[in-house]
This record gives sequence, C-alpha cells and structure tokens, in this order.
Amino acid sequence: MSHLLEVSNLKIWDGGTGDVIVPGSSFHVKPGSCLAIVGESGSGKSVTCKAIMRLNKAGIRQSGDLVFKGENLSRLTEREMRKKRGKQLCMIMQNGMRAFDPSCVVGVHLQETLRRHFGWSKDEITFQMKIAMGSVMLKNPLEVMNKYPHQLSGGMLQRVMIALAIVLEPDLIVADEPTTALDTISQFEVVDQFMQLRERMGCSMIFVSHDLAVVRKISDEVMVMKDGVIVEQGTSQAIFADAKHEYTRYLVSTKQSLHQHFKRVMGGSGVAER
Amino acid sequence: MLSVEGVEKFYKKGGLFARDIQHVLKNISFSCGDGECLGIIGESGSGKSTLGRLLLGIEQPARGTIRFDGANVMDRGARSGRISAVFQDYTSSMNPFFRVEEVIKEPLRLRKIGHQAVQDKIDQLLHQVGLNSTYRKKYPHELSGGEAQRVSLARAVATEPKLIVLDEAISSLDGSVQIQVLDLLRSLRQLYNMSYIFITHDIQAAAYLCDSVLIIRDGQIEEMAKIEQLKNVQSAYAKKLLRMIMT
Repeated sequence: MSHLLEVSNLKIWDGGTGDVIVPGSSFHVKPGSCLAIVGESGSGKSVTCKAIMRLNKAGIRQSGDLVFKGENLSRLTEREMRKKRGKQLCMIMQNGMRAFDPSCVVGVHLQETLRRHFGWSKDEITFQMKIAMGSVMLKNPLEVMNKYPHQLSGGMLQRVMIALAIVLEPDLIVADEPTTALDTISQFEVVDQFMQLRERMGCSMIFVSHDLAVVRKISDEVMVMKDGVIVEQGTSQAIFADAKHEYTRYLVSTKQSLHQHFKRVMGGSGVAER
Repeated sequence: MLSVEGVEKFYKKGGLFARDIQHVLKNISFSCGDGECLGIIGESGSGKSTLGRLLLGIEQPARGTIRFDGANVMDRGARSGRISAVFQDYTSSMNPFFRVEEVIKEPLRLRKIGHQAVQDKIDQLLHQVGLNSTYRKKYPHELSGGEAQRVSLARAVATEPKLIVLDEAISSLDGSVQIQVLDLLRSLRQLYNMSYIFITHDIQAAAYLCDSVLIIRDGQIEEMAKIEQLKNVQSAYAKKLLRMIMT
C-alpha cells in the first residue's frame, strides 16, 4: 500500500430525512504529506473529516471504504475504533473551548487520554507533556495544565491540543479548521506549530480550512469541495497557479483581490512575507 | 463628529465576590470625522470590543467622555436612529422568532412612518443589500452566514444612521463572502454618506475598507495611522502585526 489513507466512494447521508450530504467522494493521503480540504461553509468538509474518524452523530449514516494502513476502518467495531482514535488518528478541533471538558482542568483530559493509550503513570505523563508543551511555545506548562478551558485563550487551547498530538505521535492528524477562531497573531503562531509538527514527526495531515492563505502555506495537495462534491484536486502549486475549475478560480480570485489591495496600500513591498 | 476623550474602563475579574479588577481600557482618546471610516485593530482580549460597546452607549465608561455630535453618547436621544451596530455572531443578533421583514422593521417602529411607507422601505433596503423581496418571509435560521449579515446590515441602515459600529462583522464569514460584504459596505457608505467604526483583527480587511486605523493593545492605543501611511508604522507591535499576515 503506497497510500496511508485511501477513501473510496464515501457517501454520507442523513438517516432521518434521507438527504445526501456527500454523494460519493474518493481521495487518498500519501505518507508524510498534507492534504488540504478547501470549501465554503456547508460544503461538507467537516462531515468528511468526522466520517474518517467515524465520529458523526448517530443520525448521520455513511458508506464506502476507508482503508487506513491496509485496514478497513468502516468494518471495525466501535471498541476497536476507540483504540485507533487518538493513537493513530488524531483530531484537532476548531473550537478549543468546546473540545475540552469545561468542568475539569485541562490536565485531567490530558492524563485520561495518555493513560488510556500508553498506561503511563502520572509523573511520566506530566514529564512528557511538559516537554511537548515547551516545544509548542507554551510557557509554564504546569500552570496551563491546572487551568480550566475558559481561563485559556483560543490560541493556547489549540496549542495544548497540538502538544497532546505530539505526545501521541499519530500517523494521521485530522485538523478541522484549527485556525478559524483565532486572531491574526495566534493564527500565525498556530500554523507555524503545525508546520514544525510535520517536520518533527513526519506524519500525514488532513487540514480543513476556508482560508486559502493558510492552506497555501501548509499543504502539499489541495482538494476543493462544493456542495459535498469534490470539484478539483491536485498539488498545491497547480491549484493556486492555474486552477481548472471555475469555482476554484473564483475562490482564489476573491482572496487575491483583498490581498492585492493590501499590497497596493503597503506600497508593493514584501512586508507581508517573512 | 465622534470624539472620545480619556476613556477608562474596569471589569471585575473572577467570581461574584472576587476583588480582582481588570483594567480593560486605559486612557483612550481619538476622534472620527463625518463620513470617515476608522478601523480598530487588535488581538483578542485587547479591549476592542469593549470600546465598541462604549461607543454604542451599551456600557458606561468609568472615566472620560464619549461625545457624538456634541452630545454625550449615554443620552438615548442623542443616539436614537443615528448610531447602529452590526455584530459578529449573526445567529444570535436576530430574534429567532422574527421573519426577515420584522427584523428590519424593528428599528423603524420608533419613527413615525405610515404602514405602506415601511413596506416600501423594507423592499428598498433588501434590494440595497443585494437580496430580493422573496427573503421577507424567511426566518433567520434559513439564511446562510452571508445572507444573515446582509439582513443585519439592512437593519442597521434602516434609520439612515450617521455612524455604524461593525464589531467583527465579517470575521465569521468565508473568504469569498467576506469580500462581497466588504464591497457592499463600501457601496452603502457612498450611498448614505455614513461613518464606520470597523472593529476587526484582520488588517487586510481593514485596509480594504478604512481610511485610517487605530491599533490597540492591552487596552492602550499603540498607534494611529492613515491607511496610506500604514507601511511606515513606528511602534514595534504594529510592525509585528504587519509581519504576521499570511499571504
């Protein structure tokens, strides 16, 4: 198997009403590469991600094959799937506030997850988390672990999730709009962390976003979705340089017009680049 | 037209009996002329939304004054129909039991206008924000983000205000819809000759719309610059902000 994850004929529909959300998509993720899924809201990006993790709500049904490292995920029982989640497939959510349990300090969640997967002792977990949190630029890891989610900012929670992913060392990270809820500065820092994460662990990634600037920076391959259908996929350069599909061109051009105006204001100099 | 002088604001931090006090805004002074568009840029937690609420008269400053055309902004009469707002969260800024036409009609109730005139006005407003009259009977949950934000805008301009405070009005929209709403804001501004206070963390969007920007950090004004002068910002923080924009 050359592909890490192979999705074929994935169909997702609402079990109650029979409405089809994703009529049938096929794509694959190569080992060590980053696939970005781009589209407007309601285009079925998040549902596709959740379908890979098999985390959709009970009312939402799915069919098709999800072959991960030669194993078909859609045939696994819930119990087997639970073992895979986190350890081999790790998901990073959009909203940090909702991803953590609001009634416990952040550390409790981390302890629970790591004990389940590795069976480490408390000290071991704290030690490992300290190193990981240091590497994502979180100062005072112990203090962060003893805080409730509402006491931390969105960017910090996002980085805690990345730190957890570093410790878990999954083969595939599914990041569902991780930067959308953040302001410019924390967005920059979080994207930076994602790029370092890939460099350090060589894992594959599925990165969902509607922000093309971020996608361009991080991804190797891009897949454009509209109304549940994949309209175009290809390498990142190809999509941004000459998109074949009209919708992709439209998405690229709208972002460009904002950016070009900004460049004009800044006098055309490369201030925006690092 | 709008002048803010030495405004300070404190919040109690923590629980009901907590003594900790957070200094949210520190000595803020600026002014905004007729028909001008001012962008307020800052990170989350920098106090920019608090400043927006003070400008709208929803909250009272601890010290300092905010004057709108010479009258204190806390005075309802000075505000009525002349300042309006559009917020980020489009799902919660409309009454879920109202239809679109009722949403737009709400601010018009205080004006003494006849029934037919109101109906015509609603059609006209919907047309101006790029929607048609079929939207009148829809409920907020039936609208997409961009459509809901357009309806909020129609409601905001219904009384033909002189100033609109836009608090992260485009931040939760998709890239392609953002640009549509920005273009709409530009055209509405020409149509009504209004001023905007555009609160955002997105410098590129602010540069697209505004005449000048105010960069705010930890409740203090870091720098104020005309858009043409944006490339020559002096303070270290403003430079950092500009460097961190992703292209």
